[in-house]
Amino acid sequence: MSAGGVGTPKSLPSSGPKSLQDMPHPLAGPSSEDIAGGELTPSPDLQLPRSIADKDLSLPNGGTPAGTSSPASSSSLLNRLQLDDDLDGETRDLFVTVEDPKKHVCTMETYITYRVTTKTSRIEFDLPEYSIRRRYQDFDWLRNKLEESQPTHLIPPLPEKFVVKGVVDRFSEEFVETRRKALDKFLKRIADHPVLSFNEHFNVFLTAKDLNAYKKQGMALLSKVGESVKYVTGGYKLRSRPLEFAAMGEYLDTFALKLGTIDRIAQRIIKEEVEYLVELREYGPVYSTWGGLEMELEEPLEGVSACIGNCCTALEDLTDDMTEDFLPVLREYILYSESMKNVLKKRDQVQGEYEAKLEAIALKKEERPKVPAEVEKCQDRVECFNADLKADMERWQNNKRQDFRQLLMGMADKNIQYYEKCLTAWESIIPLLQEKQETK
Amino acid sequence: MSSCLKYVSCRQHMTTEGNFWSKKIEISVSEAEKRTGRNAMNMQETYTAYLIETRSVEPSDGQSVLTDSLWRRYSEFELLRNYLLVFYPHIVVPPLPEKRAEFVWHKLSADNMDPDFVERRRIGLENFLLRVASHSVLSEDKIFYLFLTQENNWKETVNETGFQLKADSRLKALNATFRVKNPDKRFTELKHYGDELQSVISHLLRVRARVADRLYGVYKVHGNYGRVFSEWSAIEKEMGDGLQSAGHHMDVYAASIDDILEEEEHYADQLKEYLFYAEALRAVCRKHELMQYDLEMAAQDLASKKQQCEELATGTVRTFSLKGMTSKLFGQETPEQREARIKVLEEQISEGEEQLKCKNLEGREFVKAAWADIERFKEQKNHDLKEALISYAVMQISMCKKGIQVWTNAKECFSKM
Repeated sequence: MSAGGVGTPKSLPSSGPKSLQDMPHPLAGPSSEDIAGGELTPSPDLQLPRSIADKDLSLPNGGTPAGTSSPASSSSLLNRLQLDDDLDGETRDLFVTVEDPKKHVCTMETYITYRVTTKTSRIEFDLPEYSIRRRYQDFDWLRNKLEESQPTHLIPPLPEKFVVKGVVDRFSEEFVETRRKALDKFLKRIADHPVLSFNEHFNVFLTAKDLNAYKKQGMALLSKVGESVKYVTGGYKLRSRPLEFAAMGEYLDTFALKLGTIDRIAQRIIKEEVEYLVELREYGPVYSTWGGLEMELEEPLEGVSACIGNCCTALEDLTDDMTEDFLPVLREYILYSESMKNVLKKRDQVQGEYEAKLEAIALKKEERPKVPAEVEKCQDRVECFNADLKADMERWQNNKRQDFRQLLMGMADKNIQYYEKCLTAWESIIPLLQEKQETK
Repeated sequence: MSSCLKYVSCRQHMTTEGNFWSKKIEISVSEAEKRTGRNAMNMQETYTAYLIETRSVEPSDGQSVLTDSLWRRYSEFELLRNYLLVFYPHIVVPPLPEKRAEFVWHKLSADNMDPDFVERRRIGLENFLLRVASHSVLSEDKIFYLFLTQENNWKETVNETGFQLKADSRLKALNATFRVKNPDKRFTELKHYGDELQSVISHLLRVRARVADRLYGVYKVHGNYGRVFSEWSAIEKEMGDGLQSAGHHMDVYAASIDDILEEEEHYADQLKEYLFYAEALRAVCRKHELMQYDLEMAAQDLASKKQQCEELATGTVRTFSLKGMTSKLFGQETPEQREARIKVLEEQISEGEEQLKCKNLEGREFVKAAWADIERFKEQKNHDLKEALISYAVMQISMCKKGIQVWTNAKECFSKM
């Protein structure tokens, strides 16, 4: 990958996953073949102080395949970790699960909490194991904090806050279980992310006994890398998006559109299946009624009736599974692409700000040609953003592929199981139907 | 597809060795043709004609030779059946396929001219002829023989039998049902069974049509996946191929329902046959009630005549009669008049007793013959319906296997994503 120089806002250097292939990231889970995580190409022309953040980001040994990296983002944190940790790509040292939903009835409100269990060997955590309870609004708070503190990264989506559909019971087993799975997925995605998993808010979320006290503090005890770099961009307009990000944007647009269509189709199928089930429920018993009129035919007719009953049960299982397991994941990904598009827009703004400032400098001919620190800071911000975003996008693409592969295979599986159950039912009554009855 | 295979059981009973055929025969309704002609009011009409072919089978080598071939339309079948109903009231006469398409689910046409409907009707008419031909009593009927062999003037021949005049009026039959005092219990139960059977099969056919409708919807919506997977695959790199090929399987799945439901219509037709058979059963029961009522009326009439006679002879008036009143008021009749009256009555009584004996005998014969045919019918019904249920189960099994196949293929495509 070539290193672009300063002052070329339109073709910023970016690294692809390939450059990291020599050194697999220790935190990469078995699901991702490629390596995610930001890595910047060396920009030796940059003369920026090495400690913009509070952490000392200088590397113990200067030369690594990654080269000297710009310290202005948490991606350099990543580089530090690459050297310290085990080089085996399969090693994970942070495991999070969401389980055991419980209903709490208080005078003011009723709500559900979930147990969040953490097992880790990381030094950032005081204990190897944690088990605390959290409710939805805590997850929501965490997500907002992550968006604030890691604006250059793609934050996974949460299940929808409010339920739009007519008469859905917030406390029904199915709804709670669907939500639990989504929250579990949310935390796992963060835990698997090489940068987000080290976020301070995430740590507190997983460990603190009293989260509310922490929330009230407003500022984190340790200010985070990203937070101190304020990404307050005042509505700078970008002339044009670089090709690769434009492609990303277009991809996300089409992707979300197609998912929306699939969601509608899946819903329609479920609706048709439910209506089919309603008719089947009336159909089966009629055979039984008929059986009551007959002598020799009574058993065969009863058999058919029971068989149809079994098919009804199998169909109900199918529609429940599709509603609980299939649709929510689709919706999650639609939400994901929405939030990703927002991150793209933020990136555009950061680049826009940089370009504007650069232009302003260029216009002031009387100034010394030296580029002021502020503008260089901007450029740096842009480069980091681009790198982080690119890396996250790669990682996201991979995870998406795995997730959809699993989702669609699961859908096919459920249908296969449905037909297998029905097949068993019908095959089992053939001998009953063929049996010669003794005249009663 | 050979229509003969549809009613396998019938074929087995198909030997007909009555007066008219020297050898075993095979009957088929092999073609249907649209025709235009002029009806009774000299107006142009369109109708369908069916080709009936009769073959005689050589017992030595099983070779069949075409002996007769003629065209008939549905109304002629109806005429034949109505004739059989009148002349064989003790027989459960096989029914015709429905006149108009009923129990239709939305994709199925209710139009009588629709080719699918015509095809199913052709099979139903063939089945009707096979059932009649394999019935030990009905197969020997001359009019039936002529139906298969005499194309021209057959209608006139049937009408000449005067069967329309012999037919019992519906009103008379209804009257009998309500007023009969001592019908044979078995017939009462059978009629009740016929009513219930009609009701339950109607219900079953209605719900089945709705089930078919819904199932059609489920399959067809899956076709939409084909299109969207194709569109989605266009923006994907590694996932594209898997998605595209999976989409193709979804199209296959969606298309498969047409054949599945077409096959199921044959099952519905088998059920319909027995729905209409239920009506034939009830007709036999009604005939019994009518005969029994007739008998009861005749016996009642005889009893009252006997009483009248006795009263006249002994001079005692036990019952109130207008004659008695008028004779009281206007003077009694002469002994000669009374004698004359007694003589007339005695003649009537004698006739009446003969008639009653006859009616009794007829009634007993009817019950015996009808019950024999009913037993035959019951066995046929149990056999046929079991076969129908088995074939339905086989259809369902085939549908499940196809479903498993398609989704397994799709799963494999997804695994390659």
